[in-house]
Amino acid sequence: MAAPSRSPSSSTSSPTPPGSALETVRQAPHGRILLDALAAGVLAALLALPILGFRLIEVTGGLALDYRFRLVGLAALGVFAGRILVLEARLALAAWRPAAARPETRRTFLGAYASRQSFGWILALLALILPWLPFADRNLIDKATLLLIYVMLGWGLNVVVGLAGLLDLGYVAFYAVGAYSYALLSQNFGLSFWVCLPLAGLLAAVFGMLLGFPVLRLRGDYLAIVTLGFGEIVRVILLNWQDVTGGPNGVSGIQRPSFFGHPFTATTPTGTTFHDLFGLPFSPDHRIIFLYYLSLTLALATNLVTLRIRRLPIGRAWEALREDEIACRSLGIDPTRTKLSAFATGAMFAGFAGSFFATRQGFISPESFSFLESAIILAIVVLGGLGSQIGIVLSAILLVGLPEWFRDLQQYRMLAFGGAMVLIMLWRPRGLMASRDPTVRLAAVPTSPGTGG
Amino acid sequence: MLTIRDLRSGYGHIEALHGIDMEVSEGQIVTLIGANGAGKTTLLMTICGSPRARTGRIVLNDRDITRMPTHEIVRLGLAHAPEGRHIFARMTVFENLQMGAVTTPPRYFAGDLERVLTLFPRLHERLDQRGGTLSGGEQQMLAIGRALMSRPRLLMLDEPSLGLAPLVVRQIFQIIREINREQGVTVFLVEQNAYHALKLAHRGYVMVNGCITLSGTGEALLADPAVRAAYLEGCTPTGDAAATGAEQDNVTGDRSRHPTGVGPSVAARASATGFSQRDRG
Repeated sequence: MAAPSRSPSSSTSSPTPPGSALETVRQAPHGRILLDALAAGVLAALLALPILGFRLIEVTGGLALDYRFRLVGLAALGVFAGRILVLEARLALAAWRPAAARPETRRTFLGAYASRQSFGWILALLALILPWLPFADRNLIDKATLLLIYVMLGWGLNVVVGLAGLLDLGYVAFYAVGAYSYALLSQNFGLSFWVCLPLAGLLAAVFGMLLGFPVLRLRGDYLAIVTLGFGEIVRVILLNWQDVTGGPNGVSGIQRPSFFGHPFTATTPTGTTFHDLFGLPFSPDHRIIFLYYLSLTLALATNLVTLRIRRLPIGRAWEALREDEIACRSLGIDPTRTKLSAFATGAMFAGFAGSFFATRQGFISPESFSFLESAIILAIVVLGGLGSQIGIVLSAILLVGLPEWFRDLQQYRMLAFGGAMVLIMLWRPRGLMASRDPTVRLAAVPTSPGTGG
Repeated sequence: MLTIRDLRSGYGHIEALHGIDMEVSEGQIVTLIGANGAGKTTLLMTICGSPRARTGRIVLNDRDITRMPTHEIVRLGLAHAPEGRHIFARMTVFENLQMGAVTTPPRYFAGDLERVLTLFPRLHERLDQRGGTLSGGEQQMLAIGRALMSRPRLLMLDEPSLGLAPLVVRQIFQIIREINREQGVTVFLVEQNAYHALKLAHRGYVMVNGCITLSGTGEALLADPAVRAAYLEGCTPTGDAAATGAEQDNVTGDRSRHPTGVGPSVAARASATGFSQRDRG
């Protein structure tokens, strides 16, 4: 056994056994990379053959097959070369990073928390000055407003799914309840946005409780199915209750928001307009910017309330319920009340978001509240990392913002969207911000000399 | 303090407890021992209201708690550290302890925390650590500490020695004794580790197939030949200071053999204590 292992080392140019061992260690990754890339290339060729390789074309007298093997070859070659590039780059990066420095780059839990905090503040500041940035045009601000609605919905659903651990697939129902509450209340009773907003939240919260009661005993998959059904019921009711909701025609001509009674129009029959009040020349942008700040205020309020509740006993009870229901009960927590309060709180935030959505659009119909919306909101929460507030902002930017920016790609838009999702799940399988922040932090903070012992 | 009369309970069509009578007196440590599947955990869960008792009465401090929901029972001064610890894995040790205090007025929190941390210095070191990253013994300490945070008068522990190293087991039992002696908490301990549990207990009950077959003081049960044959195979009769590491291993080893079957000689003697062949088949 010893003889054959010794002979190759003596035959190579470097005679010392340790040197040859080092050599094989160094060379092995490249060999493996080549093999890996070959396998990827073959796989790509196999996949591309049926997808790219054949095309049905119209010829005189019928159809014929067109062969495009060159494309297949190109695709396989592209995957092969790309794989080598990626793996080599990763290897080079690993070698370039000195081994001694690595422990330092692995951030401590506390450090990660601190940097996440400051990251949150930077994001909030950026959001605050966004309309005044040089590149901000009407289009961007409008899209940012839409994004903020989804952030708000994500934060609301996060209470139910992320904190309380109740998988809700029908969240859009509460969004719809909020939107229709505002639309109908303002149309039939002439109530203003600021009166309707709390009412819409309250109504949505009541609906949350109504849904909560029958599903109290359910968990996981079963809960998901029932909530999915509830979401559909609400949509179907909106679609068919013609007298009240207008059915598929929806509700149009919803009162637009005003700046505390001063409308954003060029002229007004009564009172003063917004631009007259501040002595500005009329611009349609005012309303867009006002809506943006309104949504930002609502979203930040949602965030603050959620962060605050997390530190209260009820918020801790939500999280404890997600972790272990048996333990919760044995500690004297009433699971019924805890679950209902989570449903109600989450639904209330959706109600706020819904009534804002209604006033922004001026028109709502059941089409805006399809299951796809629920799925997107849930995807935002899951992708962001269940329970993480910042993660939800990031994933909302990814999931709602990116498809908007991808519009130039036309029919490949959804492909890029899917690709982005796969990449996220590969790199951050537990969400963008996976770790949970403790609500209390006891780590000794270095006391300043002034405070003393 | 806790009185159980003719308690029947079970899951679905299966009755697991066939008429239990039991008494836990104030200030004592009462131990319930029995093999896997005897119904020990079911008894604790039934006392806590899930599953509900089918017949019989459970009285805690002169109040009938038979039909009460779990969370209200806990508010009457009964704390339950469930089997398998059930700590909140993603929450920190401190947050876990906070959760234990949800039923008590906030003004007690600081003092109670101090008390628990003195009892478990290890938890003090780990306050900021996530529950799931603790070792098994630390998790058990956390489960007991969390239960103590609700200022119980009666503490029910379900197999605190489960899956722990002999040394840690001894430590846990020492702490249970301390809780009882120095803090005046009545302890109802369910265990498979019969030797340790009986040594600790003022009173013991033996459960077989959902029935109480034997009861008596801890010492009496420890000396009982039937109990010794079924649960204490390999332990020396002196008990006290002779508890060497080897003996503890024997007790633990005996436990782990239970699910797969008991040795033939033990089986023969075990029938005297109420074991039936059907039960092991």
